Amino acid sequence: MTYSIASLVAGALTGHRRWKPAWRKPEPKPSYDVVVVGGGGHGLATAYHLAATFGIRNVAVVEKGWIGSGNAGRNTTIIRSNYLLPGNVSFYELSMKLWERQEADLNFNTMVSQRGVLNLYHSDSQRDAYARRGNSMRLNGIDAELLTREEVMARHPYLDYDNARFPIRGGLLQRRGGTARHDGVVWGYARAADRLGVDIIENAEVTGFLREGGRIVGVETSRGAIRAGKVGMAVAGNTSRVASLAGLRLPIESHVLQAFVSEGLKPTVDGVITFGAGHFYVSQSDKGGLVFGGDIDGYNSYAQRGNLPVIRDVCEGGIAVMPMIGRARILRHWGGIMDMSMDGSPIIDRTPIDGLYLNAGWCYGGFKATPASGMTFAHLLARDAPHPTATLLTLDRFRSGAVVDEKGMGAQPNLH
Amino acid sequence: MLITCPFCGLRDAAEFTYRGDAAPVRPAADAGEAAFFDYVYLRDNPAGPIREHWFHRAGCHGWVTVTRDTRTHAIESVVPVEATVAAEAVVAAEAAVAVEAEGGAR
Amino acid sequence: MSGYRLSAGGTLVDPATRLSFRFDDKAYQGLAGDSLASALLAGGVSLFGRSFKYHRRRGLFAAGPEEPNALVELRGGARREPNLKAPVVELYDGLEAWSQNRWPSLTFDLMAVNGLLDKLFVAGFYYKTFKWPSSFWEKLYEPLIRRAAGLGRLSGEPDPDSYETATAHADLLVVGSGPAGLLAARTAARAGRRVILVERDARLGGSLLTTRRTIDGQPGAAWAAAVEAELAAAPHVRILRRTTVFGTYDGGQFGALERVADHLPVPPPHCPRQRAWTLVAGEAIVAAGAIERPIVFPGNDLPGVMLAGALRHYAVGYGAAAGRAVTLFTANDSGWHAAADLIASGVTVAAVIDPRADVAPALTAAVAAGSGRALAGARLRRALGGKALEAIDVDLPGGGSDRIATDALGVSGNWQPDIQLATHRGDRPVWSDAHAAFTAGKLPPGIRLAGAAAGTFRLADIFAAGGTEAAVDLEGAALTPFWHVGGSKGAGKAFVDFQHDVTDADVALAAREGYVSVEHLKRYTTLGMATDQGRTANLNGLAILAELTGRTIPQTGITTMRPPVEPVAIGALAGHHRAMAFRPRRLPPIHMVAVEREAQMIEVGPWWRAQWFPLPHETDWQQSVDREVTTVRKAVGVCDMSTLGKIEVFGPDAAAFLTRLCANSVMKLAVGRCAYFLMLREDGYAYDDGTVARLGPERFVMTCSTAHAAKVYEQVEYARQVLFPEMDVVVQSATEQWAQLALAGPRARDVLARIVDPGFDLSGAAFPPVACAETTVLGGVRARLFRLTFSGELAFEIAVPARRGADLMRRLLIAGQDFGIVPYGTEAVGAMRIEKGHPVGSEINGQTSAHMLGLGAFAERKHDCIGRVLAARPYLTDPARGRLVGLKPVDRAARLRAGAHLLPKGPDATAAHDQGWITSVAHSPTLGCWIGLGFLAHGDKRHAEIVRAYDPVRGGDVEVEVVAPCFVDPEGNRARA
Repeated sequence: MTYSIASLVAGALTGHRRWKPAWRKPEPKPSYDVVVVGGGGHGLATAYHLAATFGIRNVAVVEKGWIGSGNAGRNTTIIRSNYLLPGNVSFYELSMKLWERQEADLNFNTMVSQRGVLNLYHSDSQRDAYARRGNSMRLNGIDAELLTREEVMARHPYLDYDNARFPIRGGLLQRRGGTARHDGVVWGYARAADRLGVDIIENAEVTGFLREGGRIVGVETSRGAIRAGKVGMAVAGNTSRVASLAGLRLPIESHVLQAFVSEGLKPTVDGVITFGAGHFYVSQSDKGGLVFGGDIDGYNSYAQRGNLPVIRDVCEGGIAVMPMIGRARILRHWGGIMDMSMDGSPIIDRTPIDGLYLNAGWCYGGFKATPASGMTFAHLLARDAPHPTATLLTLDRFRSGAVVDEKGMGAQPNLH
Repeated sequence: MLITCPFCGLRDAAEFTYRGDAAPVRPAADAGEAAFFDYVYLRDNPAGPIREHWFHRAGCHGWVTVTRDTRTHAIESVVPVEATVAAEAVVAAEAAVAVEAEGGAR
Repeated sequence: MSGYRLSAGGTLVDPATRLSFRFDDKAYQGLAGDSLASALLAGGVSLFGRSFKYHRRRGLFAAGPEEPNALVELRGGARREPNLKAPVVELYDGLEAWSQNRWPSLTFDLMAVNGLLDKLFVAGFYYKTFKWPSSFWEKLYEPLIRRAAGLGRLSGEPDPDSYETATAHADLLVVGSGPAGLLAARTAARAGRRVILVERDARLGGSLLTTRRTIDGQPGAAWAAAVEAELAAAPHVRILRRTTVFGTYDGGQFGALERVADHLPVPPPHCPRQRAWTLVAGEAIVAAGAIERPIVFPGNDLPGVMLAGALRHYAVGYGAAAGRAVTLFTANDSGWHAAADLIASGVTVAAVIDPRADVAPALTAAVAAGSGRALAGARLRRALGGKALEAIDVDLPGGGSDRIATDALGVSGNWQPDIQLATHRGDRPVWSDAHAAFTAGKLPPGIRLAGAAAGTFRLADIFAAGGTEAAVDLEGAALTPFWHVGGSKGAGKAFVDFQHDVTDADVALAAREGYVSVEHLKRYTTLGMATDQGRTANLNGLAILAELTGRTIPQTGITTMRPPVEPVAIGALAGHHRAMAFRPRRLPPIHMVAVEREAQMIEVGPWWRAQWFPLPHETDWQQSVDREVTTVRKAVGVCDMSTLGKIEVFGPDAAAFLTRLCANSVMKLAVGRCAYFLMLREDGYAYDDGTVARLGPERFVMTCSTAHAAKVYEQVEYARQVLFPEMDVVVQSATEQWAQLALAGPRARDVLARIVDPGFDLSGAAFPPVACAETTVLGGVRARLFRLTFSGELAFEIAVPARRGADLMRRLLIAGQDFGIVPYGTEAVGAMRIEKGHPVGSEINGQTSAHMLGLGAFAERKHDCIGRVLAARPYLTDPARGRLVGLKPVDRAARLRAGAHLLPKGPDATAAHDQGWITSVAHSPTLGCWIGLGFLAHGDKRHAEIVRAYDPVRGGDVEVEVVAPCFVDPEGNRARA
């Protein structure tokens, strides 16, 4: 049933009894053209684009729990394309363009809200680094503005300008950046993919790969074996685990990133504010909660929860930059497993094993990439060639040294 | 997390700097690019026990080897790094053979 | 519904002490010991707040932090605190509170029109609409939704109160001071263990404070007081009142929040408002009690419908009755006990309704004795009322129905043990048929449950367990689960989540649309996501979902319970780390000289350094910096370099060790000489640079950049301890131990000669460029001298013990007076190093290789060093990736800016023509124009070419000439003077 104000009114008049499940709960078929492992945003977006963009509809998404149960459902919902390096800039801008038309593409309001993403700077050298990044964005046709202290003050008068350990000197603003409703993105892709014939199979954990000769020809799951022409992995923090089932070692470590939401508050923070010097970023959801976070805890983890030192660190950063939130209270905090790559940038590539394709290395930035990740991974699966915006995000860049290292931290994942 | 530093006793993990998996061993100078690529970039990244290197920054300045479960964060042992260097060399040599046998990752 | 104060009084309040307070600007009186909720209830207030979505009228519902409805803003001005739950706000004289999320007033809320559109505003309605036209979402719909969103308001001003963090250690942490908690603490204290006992309320005792039962022949409260006295007298016992343990973390760590001064109008001087504890315990016993679960039925959100236990707690504890004709709807014995307690307190109980037919006669008799109707086997169909509860419709046991007038209805579905602290580390709760509730499954190591939290509901059982398996006194709480009275048409809405307006119909809609995982249900309907975290809602929601999907409750599962157990103020977790105390500011040893000279200061990483030293007549920073540069180039200047990282390396293998660390070999470095070095990361990219000085055959001191000092030291220790343990070498950080000054300029030697102790030959022959030596200065002060130059002038670096640094700086400034010596700051240092083309952090930024820096020869070594192998990869040596160049504006008056990109003249400014960027710029008084350094593709082959410096974010587009990255004295003659 198409979603619209008309169908909603019709629903209201009939007691909302005619709505159908947003996606079916099918039994797995014995075989598909493509099986995507991982029912998060990326896996579902990949399935959607395989069907919608590349016409491959005999597709299954297998998910070990409920769709969106990993990082898709536990991130801080920020979307932006304010990157510096070739490889990232055009890729994330493709994503931003897809966000901008997502509601129409999916017939689902994912509440894309472009209220701006602002990165604060506190010194001449930070200003110049942001200028370099903003200029890079502008050269790629992306909006970027370098704001003065006064311009930041006009936008966000409640930040600490006078008494701060790191005085605010200005910021890099991307007005088209913002937020989207993370669960809605998952459900929107699931529903749209399902309507195109994609089977979404929940509670099916991949326990092994089917191999013939040197080739991967399907997956073993807790709901039985499923054969596939090609298998695409989009399992984020569990990438190394699943890859190890195929005997692969990857340039990835899993780390925990914590996120926080406050109680619902009347609107007070507009847009996304990033205080890099203090490891803190924040936005306010449409429901009124301050959604915020900081750095990863810094140790390898599959536990989906973190510890007090980083919780304190994040709160310290919050009060330092925004002293008015001292009496706002944290309602929930949680952790997600980040697939931290060795250069902080993602990998969308074939693997050394025929039939197995990799979508991983999203670090703490996977949510904003969801649409482009789906589009480019679907392109790779459909055409066996990288999408033009993803040609630099290959696995062999680590071998060649052509890394896409935005922060310049080298092969030390917890520093990216 | 709390880490029992073998030199300083029970301390908060916030006193330490994390480096990562202790398993990769720096190849010999003449081992070639492939060996260094493997050492620098590839990780087992296990969901389960892992031996890893932490630096007691706010304490003795010793590097220690912590055996910790990445699923639960439970710490099984903490020993001075010297105690593990020799053992690592053996493990790495075996792993290298295994990787070669499988053809390794690209 | 109209509450009033019972003449019998309550166990928690002091009728002799009256307190005045205001709610929504109206004056009320309460008693000492009251909560805000009990005082308002006794004051006759029935309307406490408005719901989130429909803005429906909501009354008080609970007596603890599970309260979904009665949320208030407390205090005014900058101390305003939103979303406080009235039952847990302690009353104080002069308290001011306001209802929230209503406009213009609580009794007349225009936003309640949302309720008229409730058929449209069903679960997830926003996903289905507001899409077209797409621009309307952001311009119209979303702003409307945002305006309506949220509950309370922040003050918008900095929080004026202070907070602190603290850590405490114990053998045993006991959470909760009810009967189970007190028993556990007493047992451990008697065994001589270190105990921390934490209680959320101001008083110890928990349910004992309101029980009518006796323990050892004394009233519960008296028994609790006796135990408290024993604990207070015991050594090694710490009692934390008004403290909530909010989370379980790794290694036996628990987060706890102590509300130190929230029960006072303002914190006393020098007292924090709250204290965030890290409690570290070998073992923990969680005796946090249980939370009553309501029943879902039509009309259940009318003000006057409350939890049965809350009705009882308000009456017995505070002497506050919720109504004149009270009814109870219970599916377990505790509702009957509540009725008996209410009757004993003087409350009129009109009826008790229980769907179970087989209720113990003793229970029904107590109600009947109080002339109430005991209706076992009956079922409440719906609650009715306008602005508040007026009556209930009851289906009677033998058939037929009756309407019973009532102004307060207590509801009890069952009790859910509070097991949250046992689940934070990822262990899933399990469903217990015996308890008709979720209980802890596998417990994390070191954590045990006791009392009601362990599912031990009977007081006698708690004492039988002796405190080890030892909450609330809920005799016979276990039962046949009863969740939901389905609505018939026109019966009204039946709410599952009061605060977020989630009804049973919303749960059904979510199930129909396939959101049948409990997590999907939660996220689609927002069930349990409000400030009460669905403490009274989640179980009912999942039970209804289970019913709708034909699954059992264990098959349906439960959503993850996340910390904090109760919301925690961000300010409390930050503690003292705010404003200027956010992060420490490090002062170099010469700081007082900078203060004396009124230097302009700047943040450089953690350091606070002199940026330049203005003279009184100078009005512009460039005037000052140009003067400093010019004076150094023409006469002499002195500058603080103490923040550089300093690492001492000694031992028989010191030279070999350093050779492994540095891209260039130091094996052949002579004693008494220094060398520039470049460090690579093992991936081959440049990491840091600095100098290494050989003070003795087995003794070196290396310097590295200020920004990398700590990291480089860790890396050097890693190399020593892990990578090359076979080497006989010792490493020591000495950054803080030495003050180091640079003395630079043509007259540097003349000045230095005046402070070096006699006998040291500073002549060019005896102490040539890159020489180093240990000597004494200022009459016996240990010093290290290095003939190193960053400015390109004749220069020396002088290191003395840190405490002598300021003295040395002052003495040099005096000694150099007749040469016109100046102190110079970081800006002048930066300008001169750009004039000389020395790379720093802007160039060695972790993304650049030795070849890009023009130091390729360094990386092309035969012998092993960190980074050697991977630095040789073609990508890292490819000239197309850029080479360091110097840049001068073609229009010499034009200003350059770092961060501009370099493009060839002519073609469009697009990414396809992006050839590099400017890393650093400075105004060069020596050249009389702005100059810069940058990376440009094949830049070393493009000297004299004109390219564009394109800087759209600052409106810049300047033509620049590519030159060699050294602008002044490329032959290095000045340094050799």
